[in-house]
Amino acid sequence: MPASTGPTTIDLEARQLCCERDDRVLFEGLDLRLQDGDLLQLAGPNGAGKTTLLRLLAGLNRDYDGELLWHGQPLYDDYSAYAALRLYQGHLAAVKKALTPLENLRWLVSNWPVEDDDLWQALDEVELGGYEETPCQQLSAGQQRRVALARLCIAPAPLWILDEPFTALDKKGVSWLEKRMQQHVEQGGAVIITSHHALENIASLRQLELGSVRA
Amino acid sequence: MWQWLKQLYHRLGSPKWFYEITGKWIPWLAVLSVLGCVAGLVLGLAYAPADYLQGNSFRIIYIHVPAAIIAQSAYVMMAVAGAVYLVWKMKMAAWVAKVIAPIGASFCLIALFTGAIWGKPTWGTWWVWDARLTSMLMLLFLYFGVIALQQAMDSEESGFKAAAILALVGLVNIPIIKYSVEWWNTLHQPATLKLTEKPSMATEMLIPLLIMIFTTYLFFALLIILRTRNEILWHERKRSWVKEILEH
Amino acid sequence: MSLVTATIKRDLLLAARNPGEWLNPLMFFLMVAALFPLAVDPDPKFLSKIAGGVIWVAALLATLLSLDALYKADVEDGSLEQWLASGESLYGMALGKALVHWCISGLPLTIMSPVLGLMLSLPADAYAALLLSLLVGTPVLSLLGAVGAALTAGVRSGGLLLSLLILPLYIPVLIFSASAVYHAGIGMDYNGQIGFLGALLALAACLTPFAAAAALKLNLSR
Repeated sequence: MPASTGPTTIDLEARQLCCERDDRVLFEGLDLRLQDGDLLQLAGPNGAGKTTLLRLLAGLNRDYDGELLWHGQPLYDDYSAYAALRLYQGHLAAVKKALTPLENLRWLVSNWPVEDDDLWQALDEVELGGYEETPCQQLSAGQQRRVALARLCIAPAPLWILDEPFTALDKKGVSWLEKRMQQHVEQGGAVIITSHHALENIASLRQLELGSVRA
Repeated sequence: MWQWLKQLYHRLGSPKWFYEITGKWIPWLAVLSVLGCVAGLVLGLAYAPADYLQGNSFRIIYIHVPAAIIAQSAYVMMAVAGAVYLVWKMKMAAWVAKVIAPIGASFCLIALFTGAIWGKPTWGTWWVWDARLTSMLMLLFLYFGVIALQQAMDSEESGFKAAAILALVGLVNIPIIKYSVEWWNTLHQPATLKLTEKPSMATEMLIPLLIMIFTTYLFFALLIILRTRNEILWHERKRSWVKEILEH
Repeated sequence: MSLVTATIKRDLLLAARNPGEWLNPLMFFLMVAALFPLAVDPDPKFLSKIAGGVIWVAALLATLLSLDALYKADVEDGSLEQWLASGESLYGMALGKALVHWCISGLPLTIMSPVLGLMLSLPADAYAALLLSLLVGTPVLSLLGAVGAALTAGVRSGGLLLSLLILPLYIPVLIFSASAVYHAGIGMDYNGQIGFLGALLALAACLTPFAAAAALKLNLSR
């Protein structure tokens, strides 16, 4: 065990992770460890397996060889405990067009105890103030993504796993999300993201280049 | 015993072992099914006495009954193979399940077709909503569903899994469907052959039937083996042992 | 609030926002039933004999129409991914979705069925049996259908395929409910049929969510 000042809330570890898709090895012998305050960016060309690795780490896909550990125990021994501490946002926003941002957000955070007042505040923060009760079909693609990202303000999950979260966001949205991630990491949270976006201005950034793991 | 079963399981899971061992079985199975078929048909068509009620038309049971039995047990086998694939992720099981579906459906069609031919002299019409024929028709629909679902999926793997789930749901449903259809139509004649009670057929009629059932099972096994071997060659085409075979 | 109850609430809200989703199958139910007198024979004596069966066939087809959409949108917009990410049991989720489907499909069909009974000269004694058989039988249709919907959610033109998979599984429900209505119409006891439907419902409620949950995972493992 590495020297640490106290018990950590986040301790996700992959040992000798190997994944094949359609008889093609995406990565093998992959080791990584993620703890409080870490920000890990998965990089690599298209088809290198970024999303696949992300989904493995999120626990959405169990088709792998090797070990995935949460606090030293296999991830799936207590999946619901892990699931409550990590927030996963995939390519898809899971936003229903016939519902309002408020109704959508309420569903998106229903896994956690969140007060209704906080929903309004969160929507305000992602600049959807005034649109809270407009059906989402009248909003732009970027605004719909913000509904999903508003979760980042209120869900009490220390580990975020985000797949291309900058998609469809405008400049302001991008800088908001960067700032939000930085804050989260500084407060002891951890983030894993896939993105082609450069994240240089975040200090604790680590990068994992996929497609280069293979010899 | 347990060790032996475990060993057998691992061997069955190995495509190479399956390919090699079944290669030796094919000629035996082929010869035996031809011999059995000739023996069963000669005994059944020439030596068995005519039925006192149905005359000679009953002789179609030597095709109809084996086909119907195989069609039903093939569905069970397909569902079991599918379950093995779902639980232990054994690829061989998925290939076997995939291979059984069209074979089982074909036997089902044969049973329906011969049933219709039998119906003409017996009931005076090609199709009667008889309980057993109706159940057979439902079984054919279940087969169609499994085959269609398997082919509709984008990736072959999810096709296997989806078909396996559907086959299992169908397996639970088959007895319910059978029971409800029988309840709905109690006009059917009693089943020709019941394993649990004394057969009502004369021995000279029964022996050819048993031979035909046994032979059809052998033929069914032969079909599965031949087609599974094709699947193996296709899926393992990049492996060295397959390349060696193909070069010769 | 757990994700399952939240999803049930959300889906009912969605159905309220898009009434077509459940009204269209209901219209279809009415139209199919209207075809039979036109195509076969409008004689009330004849109609009263087939009314129970016709209403049940129409109900079955109407159920199939609304099933296709059950999981499709959730797969496409990422809701399904969020369920799996939540760590909540997919069994509960599948059961919840089947319940929602029954609320927007089986329940309205049951409520509307007496109108069809009038159109098809259903014998007066048979109304109770019709309502009872629909009340117990349509949840079975929703539960079984949800398995098919989960299996075909990722398939592009899954609607037709779904019907192909599910219709043979509906046969027992059809046989027993149509027979219950028919027997009630000729003044006979129909408790046996309803009892059998009840047993089917119990079995379907226990087992189908497992199959639906397994099928849902298929749509995610890519």
